[in-house]
Amino acid sequence: MTRATAAVILLVGLAGAIFFATRRQAAHKEAADPPAPAINLTDLSGQPINPANNEGKVVLVNFWAAWCTPCRDEIPQFVALEEKYRAQGFQIVGISMDDPEGTLREFSREYKVNYPLVMGNQGIAEKFGGVLGLPTTFLIGRDRRIHAKQVGATDFPKLVQQISELLQAGR
Amino acid sequence: MNLFKLTRRGRYVPILAAATILLITVPLGAQTAEFQPGSPELIRPEELAKVLKSSAAKPIVFNVGPRLIYVQAHIRGAEFIGPTAKPEGLEKLRARAASLPRDSFLVIYCGCCPWEHCPNIRPAYKELKQMGFTRVKVLYIGTSFGTDWVDKGYPAAKGE
Repeated sequence: MTRATAAVILLVGLAGAIFFATRRQAAHKEAADPPAPAINLTDLSGQPINPANNEGKVVLVNFWAAWCTPCRDEIPQFVALEEKYRAQGFQIVGISMDDPEGTLREFSREYKVNYPLVMGNQGIAEKFGGVLGLPTTFLIGRDRRIHAKQVGATDFPKLVQQISELLQAGR
Repeated sequence: MNLFKLTRRGRYVPILAAATILLITVPLGAQTAEFQPGSPELIRPEELAKVLKSSAAKPIVFNVGPRLIYVQAHIRGAEFIGPTAKPEGLEKLRARAASLPRDSFLVIYCGCCPWEHCPNIRPAYKELKQMGFTRVKVLYIGTSFGTDWVDKGYPAAKGE
């Protein structure tokens, strides 16, 4: 065996190892990211929404409440995100927990919410694996999998980075 | 020295203004400080979990948060009161606690929101103290009930 043949075999072997390691990593990541729950919601205007049937969009689901101060304070930032990324295939869905519908409508007008708001309930929360604190935010990729979850005050720089990555990666 | 006369001349106006600001801000600061981590009113999740698992006398645990979180998960044995940021929640707490001996060991918790923003625990604590309860503890939940209790495997139950 010449040196050149040995080098080729070594390179092919190395490339194969990298290929399989990458595939394994991707498969592991996919297994770690659960599918978004198939759930039929109706927003305040009566429009049907299904975060798992997202028509290839990146969907952010924000569980919040108007009585929850940090949740309320974050809404203008979500409004800005919806405005900024909508054209790239991004959609926010706000799910309100324990707010009367009238309060929610009033809030929506006051804060000029530009994305659908849904009245939450126990069933919706449990479909997402339980929502045991507010705010709680999920990020669903174009592949209909939940790629990120934040509990408590949202880390917006991190969230923006995750949104950008999902929009660019096509996931 | 006639302070009123001096004030009229404008010389002591800044001193009076500073005194007024101090009178307003000092009590507010004290109120905030009483619920800082490590303060005696608080009990940490690991401490409460230990008490609940032990054979020692158990506290009466009141949940003063929203129902939608309580029905998904709550501290095993806790009684649902409801959000005490609302008058009806406070009324329910008053009614439930009215017949209890004032030296009962009571624990209140919420966990709806990050600690410093919880609208429910402070009114509940204040109410119980005003009623004369001497052994009231507030469960310190820094992030959420899910993160600081359920995810740590402490005793929890589901449903009404």
